Amino acid sequence: MLVRGSYQGSSFFELLQVDYRHLMPDLAAWGRSAVASVPHGTTVLAMRFANGVLVAGDRLATAGHAVASRDVVKVFETDPHSLMAISGAAGPCIEMARILSVELEHYEKIEGEGLELEGKANKLSQMIRANLPAAMQGLAVVPLFAGYDTRRKIGRLWKFDITGGRYEEAEFDATGSGGLYARESLKHGWTRALAREDAVKVAVAALTAAADEDRATGGVDLERGIFPIIKMCTASGHADATEAEIAACYREILAARSAGGNR
Amino acid sequence: MSMPFYVSPEQVMADKAEFARKGIARGKSIVALEFLGGILLMAENSTSLSKVGEIYDRLAFAGVGKFSEFDQLRKVGVRFADTKGYAYSREDVRGKGMANAFSQVMGEVFTREIKPLEVEIIVAEVGDDRYEDHRTNSLYRIKYDGFISDHKGFCVIGGKVEEVESVLKNDYRPDMPAGDAARLGRRALTAGAERSSELGASSLEVCLLDRGRSGRKFCRLTTDEVQGMLDS
Repeated sequence: MLVRGSYQGSSFFELLQVDYRHLMPDLAAWGRSAVASVPHGTTVLAMRFANGVLVAGDRLATAGHAVASRDVVKVFETDPHSLMAISGAAGPCIEMARILSVELEHYEKIEGEGLELEGKANKLSQMIRANLPAAMQGLAVVPLFAGYDTRRKIGRLWKFDITGGRYEEAEFDATGSGGLYARESLKHGWTRALAREDAVKVAVAALTAAADEDRATGGVDLERGIFPIIKMCTASGHADATEAEIAACYREILAARSAGGNR
Repeated sequence: MSMPFYVSPEQVMADKAEFARKGIARGKSIVALEFLGGILLMAENSTSLSKVGEIYDRLAFAGVGKFSEFDQLRKVGVRFADTKGYAYSREDVRGKGMANAFSQVMGEVFTREIKPLEVEIIVAEVGDDRYEDHRTNSLYRIKYDGFISDHKGFCVIGGKVEEVESVLKNDYRPDMPAGDAARLGRRALTAGAERSSELGASSLEVCLLDRGRSGRKFCRLTTDEVQGMLDS
């Protein structure tokens, strides 16, 4: 039946909450015991560069001390002008990215025009807040949200805390278990208005640094051919850094290391 | 106590149908045409209130009649499609299911409510070359009482269906290029509009379901783009 519920607004997330409760995962009902065995995603980062924003994430997911997956995807295109990267409990994180991307499309179709970038970030923060009971039990969702603001003609990025707190960053940020190390690396490598190629280099260096210091972060895996995902969002839409490009940046770091520098 | 008047069910239905037909006959027409690159939906509409809208990746909606009613139907369709695509997969949202769901709602309203919906709608589904069983386009027309029909090539709804259809019946050819399809659509709508001069780009609302796009295939054309298409 087409007319099932009573919800009349333009938010998909609220539609699920009001009329399709059974499609929403009820994470709060899980016990604490589930937390250790649930796969967690680790390091993701976002930064502004000359043409927009860059978002990158490694590919490793861990459950406790075990590897849950070596090639999980943590960076998502939520709509043609925005990206979301996730760290935290992988299941709820990936689901939240999925709901957000349907949410943005749904709003655009119902209203006839899309949300502003800030509106999208705000919506995400409400979704994180709704997940708070689960977050308190350890199933936290801590994403980064970034995109190209078509009105202001700049790239913008936001980080969030588990309570839905939303903080805009002017330069860069990284979260997840290796986030601290990635941020340290970014602090040295990042400069204002980086060119695209340099932004990719800085991102690979930061993920490599995080993988070096944090055992739960994957980094570049040349043997298996598994590369971090690096996506950029500019006025012309999305673009991905190619695997060859990432491999070249990583080889440069390795070469510098074997030559005795860059420990 | 007075006896209520007896009215036969036939009479009730006939009255409702006439009421709905009258409402729709006042409105302008919309055509949906299959062409080489997908499906073209064209409405005579110079206002900013859209009559054609996106439902899902490969599905578009067009409605004539009372704006508030068909716009409400469109929104209900978007909610249905997004929920289904979220619960299953994006490929599971298909035109036939969508059209059947609309037909059910409209039929239900027609029999249950005192006032029927004064609308007529088109559900268009563009084919996708990636999947063997999804390749062909589909056009469904659903009337105020939920009566559903599927059409090959073109489909017309609105006040002057016969006049518009007669042009299309004569001149429609499968696999037309976009420019030819747009010009034919305009000519057909002009015949329905009962005016001597041709409709200009600014009084046409044109949307495409573009086969060549990946993901969401719906796009709305600006007046300049419509003009460009008509001139091509």
